[in-house]
Amino acid sequence: MIFDHHTLVGFAKSVGLFYLIGLSLAALAYALWPSNRERFDRAAKAILEDSEDTPCL
Amino acid sequence: MVSELTVAERERAMGITGLLALCGMIMAIGGSNDPLGVHGFIVLLFAVAMLFVVASGYFAPEPPESRLQSYYDSPTKAGIVIAMVWAVFGMFIGDWVAWLLAYPELTFDAAWASFGRLRPVHTTGVIFAFGGNALIATSFHVMQRTSRARMPDQFSPWFVLMGYNLFCILAISGYFIGITQSKEYAEPEWYADVWLVIVWVTYFILYIRTLMRRKEPHIYVANWYYLAFILVVAILHIVNGLAVPVSFLSAKSYSLFSGVQDAMTQWWYGHNAVAFFLTAGFLGMLYYYLPKRAERPIYSYRMSIVGFWGITFFYMWAGSHHLHFTALPQWVQTLGMTFSLTLLVPSWIAAANALLTLNGAWDKVRDDATLRFMMIAAVFYGLSTFEGSFMAIRAVNSLSHYTDWTVGHVHAGALGWVAMIIFGAFYATVPSLWKRKRMYSPALVEVHFWLALAGTLVYVFAMWNSGIIQGLMWRTYTESGTLAYSFTDTLVAMHPYYIARAVGGLLFLLGAIVGCYNIWMTIRHDAEAPRATGQETPLPAAPAPSLQPAE
Repeated sequence: MIFDHHTLVGFAKSVGLFYLIGLSLAALAYALWPSNRERFDRAAKAILEDSEDTPCL
Repeated sequence: MVSELTVAERERAMGITGLLALCGMIMAIGGSNDPLGVHGFIVLLFAVAMLFVVASGYFAPEPPESRLQSYYDSPTKAGIVIAMVWAVFGMFIGDWVAWLLAYPELTFDAAWASFGRLRPVHTTGVIFAFGGNALIATSFHVMQRTSRARMPDQFSPWFVLMGYNLFCILAISGYFIGITQSKEYAEPEWYADVWLVIVWVTYFILYIRTLMRRKEPHIYVANWYYLAFILVVAILHIVNGLAVPVSFLSAKSYSLFSGVQDAMTQWWYGHNAVAFFLTAGFLGMLYYYLPKRAERPIYSYRMSIVGFWGITFFYMWAGSHHLHFTALPQWVQTLGMTFSLTLLVPSWIAAANALLTLNGAWDKVRDDATLRFMMIAAVFYGLSTFEGSFMAIRAVNSLSHYTDWTVGHVHAGALGWVAMIIFGAFYATVPSLWKRKRMYSPALVEVHFWLALAGTLVYVFAMWNSGIIQGLMWRTYTESGTLAYSFTDTLVAMHPYYIARAVGGLLFLLGAIVGCYNIWMTIRHDAEAPRATGQETPLPAAPAPSLQPAE
């Protein structure tokens, strides 16, 4: 099969669209998933608690 | 410095610098009839200097095991100092070309001093040398803290930092002697590009290795941004740099792409350099240093994640807005315009997230110039991303393209966002890295802040005015359908704004010099009692109470 300009344009306009929609949904689902809330809250606070000088061993 | 490396690492360092010296020698001898020869000598000199540094510390005893209980910060410290030196250099050249544009007769009448050569020296100097070193230095700092793990070894961070600076030296010295690939923000020739790939892949692997040692189950979002910066810059650099050298002993190469494909590849690279070099990495900086300094967790961690995926996947498609009204197919231009508009969403998510984090800590913003640097950075980030989306609209672009408006837009981002967040991050990090209670002079941080803000505002307003006047003059027709203004008319109209721009740049440069002095005095000055202990080795210039006998 020859990939000419029109084939690539068609591919970009169809698959590209659904790929980006799918990706947006996946990112939103991950960010808003209820069980992730605790992990995210912890992560946001953890950087404020860390010691500047020594890693936890 | 060398005493912090294990003996095996010292040997590896000597082996690699020896190999580099050999490459330099081959380039110098083989390319003696070509500009490549000059770069061969520079590589050779650099490698021999490094070899000398490592060899002089080779017989120092092994570093103590206790080092593993602290973060490895010496490369961060060196990176901060190097970044500040590059800042002054890059901004000095920038202000020089600004005066040169206002008074073209102020030239030395030599090829190296022409605008065409000085301009890439300025852009590379500030973006890659100043910004890049700041990104490398802070990423080493942030990745260790957020992972609660020390870097896996002592050699690779030095290889990354020093190797990257060799790239910067090759790039900048090359422009002066006329070596260029003629691709904006990707001017260095093929051998410098190959070297950068080696350095950059080491950087990526080092980051991943540190993350793999992390004690935190979740990878903090700042690391996502830093990693996107490292990974995507590698991809962009490799693809856009694909070229065939005239010979292996010649500096000249020809791009693998031609015509409109070359233009599209270049601006796919160019705009993503803005996205991933000048945005993603600095957002990583923002998401760590701003909450840390404000002592408040980020307003919405979820928003930072949504923003991350938005930025990484939308930016990829926006580059074609640089090619409006060109031979590029219309639909590709429209695609670039549409994605540039949607980019406003993740960009404002980040800006809003930063400002909402500060909501409730405005008293700190008022009192603390360091936090104010970060706040202003977030404001300018929001401003310049809005402006960028707006300028990507084809109709707006028809007015703004090729005018000083673009220059104003770029500097709103570079001065107002990128440089401000760097200075904020540096002022937040320097005292703790060198075990000082605070910066040498908080008053000078204030002075720097106001110089930087005033400089940015003067610069950006001058260029907005100049750009819009220029764009309007170019499209004004007389009743008979001819152009109303000649090109020289527009130059005359722009002259006062060019003087204003040079003054604004000068203010910003003065601020950076004040910052250098303050950081240097913080390093040197031990008037305040040094802060609590730590096993880390400070730079030789700064004696600390916990020095090991061998050091």
